[in-house]
Amino acid sequence: MDAKSGREDTAPEPTADDRAQQPLVVEGLSYAYGNRQALSEVSFSLAPGRVTALLGPNGAGKTTLFSLITGLFDSRRGEIEIAGYKLRNNRSKALSQLGIVFQAQTLDLDLTVDQNLRYFAALRGLSRTAAWERIAILLDRIGLSGHARTKVRNLSGGERRRVEVARALIDRPALLLLDEPSTGLDIATRRWLIEHLHHLAEREGICVFLATHLVDEVAPEDDLIVLDEGAIVARGKVDDVVRSAGAATLDKAFTRLTTKPKEQSP
Amino acid sequence: MTVSHASRALLAILARELFRFVQQRGRFFAALVRPLIWLLVFAAGFRASLGLSIIPPYETYITYDVYVVPGLIGMIQLFSGMQNSLSMVYDREMGSMRVLLSTPLPRGFLLIARMFSGTVVSIIQVYAFILLAALFGTPLPWSGLLPLLPVLVLTGMALSALGMFLSSRVKQLENFAGVMNFLIFPMFFLSTALYPLWRIREGSVTLYHLCQYNPFTYVVELIRFTIYGQPNLPALGIVTATLVVFGAAALIGYTPARGGPTAGRAAA
Repeated sequence: MDAKSGREDTAPEPTADDRAQQPLVVEGLSYAYGNRQALSEVSFSLAPGRVTALLGPNGAGKTTLFSLITGLFDSRRGEIEIAGYKLRNNRSKALSQLGIVFQAQTLDLDLTVDQNLRYFAALRGLSRTAAWERIAILLDRIGLSGHARTKVRNLSGGERRRVEVARALIDRPALLLLDEPSTGLDIATRRWLIEHLHHLAEREGICVFLATHLVDEVAPEDDLIVLDEGAIVARGKVDDVVRSAGAATLDKAFTRLTTKPKEQSP
Repeated sequence: MTVSHASRALLAILARELFRFVQQRGRFFAALVRPLIWLLVFAAGFRASLGLSIIPPYETYITYDVYVVPGLIGMIQLFSGMQNSLSMVYDREMGSMRVLLSTPLPRGFLLIARMFSGTVVSIIQVYAFILLAALFGTPLPWSGLLPLLPVLVLTGMALSALGMFLSSRVKQLENFAGVMNFLIFPMFFLSTALYPLWRIREGSVTLYHLCQYNPFTYVVELIRFTIYGQPNLPALGIVTATLVVFGAAALIGYTPARGGPTAGRAAA
């Protein structure tokens, strides 16, 4: 049942194939803070097993878009569909397909790594046994098996971020959202993070959607959406975006796409 | 949402709250010391100077310390509700509220689970206080302690709902001191927690009317009557209405479509 409206979603249940093929579809999405338009008619879809970078300068609307996809914001203008489930009509099922790493670190500092992960696993409805098994696998994968009983307060910023990635993956999401996850991380951890995300996309078929304002976090093989002032100004393969912007590098293309031409003096 | 998912999530939210409570020993002691000071210091002074007539639910003359214990139980729950509210503002600022509210569970369920967890913590504090009060010479009728439990759930939820509503309105942690000073203390003092209504009316009719319109008065009276095995349907009705009104206001306050606080003021 739809949690928000209390109505059953009458749309046909998406098949497993639908869920696999359409991790995220956004249609005509708009959002405003009072009179300030933060997003205008944003439409795109993401493919499974791919890393898609959402590139935009500060204030472009990336966090607003992510807040809408995660259900923290609500917009009456536009549709969001996660793995075949419409967020508006089927919030619980849509969110159950989603793993999230927020920009700000959101672990409970006074709980251990294990307690943080078990808390989240329970919120996602995993049984105790399933949670233990999954946590052991994920901690091993992020290289923190020996820190299960360490309080998060005693971890470094990079280790905390790894735990947050593990937490986002605990329920095997079809779509993994990361909102500027490398903020405050050292170069080694940033590199690990980006490599790990590509590994997740290639080996596990997860659709990774990564918001960033750092061009060097975008790999040549990634899909790219460039957002500026709440609107998509370019999208496609990285090479195509660079070429269509008439630039030599992504850095230059990004600057060209997101810099307003100076107004001519009269 | 399946029943097993909901129960796992509820237990997880409750366990987290209890774990935090156990870790914050200072919070536990503060919760007990505050009413104990009223009981052992203030009540001792008032006991000699304040005469109390026989008023329901009491069937005989009572000493002031006996009178004040239900009010102090209400005080524990009032402050616990505010602590819970403060903790929600903190969670919001730290981002863990985002994690909670983006899980695939109905938002109303998550907020009620959070209120219930705070209520359980307050009930533990209440029974610890009742035990200490008995040890210090102010025992309550034992027969009233079991029926008190569901009433404490109701009163605790009503005060948690008030706290949650406040947390949806308070934008920053720093603003909470103002809420404490201008709402919580007046709520406590303008109630029957420390003095019976007839005593307040003798002093000031205006204060008497303010006490009559204060929902906390009915929280205290419901607790008082339950302890002494007597029903108080008007108080039960008003406390239930308080829970419904503030609970609904809190749910509306946390609705993202209405720019709820979890929506936050996204940077970009």
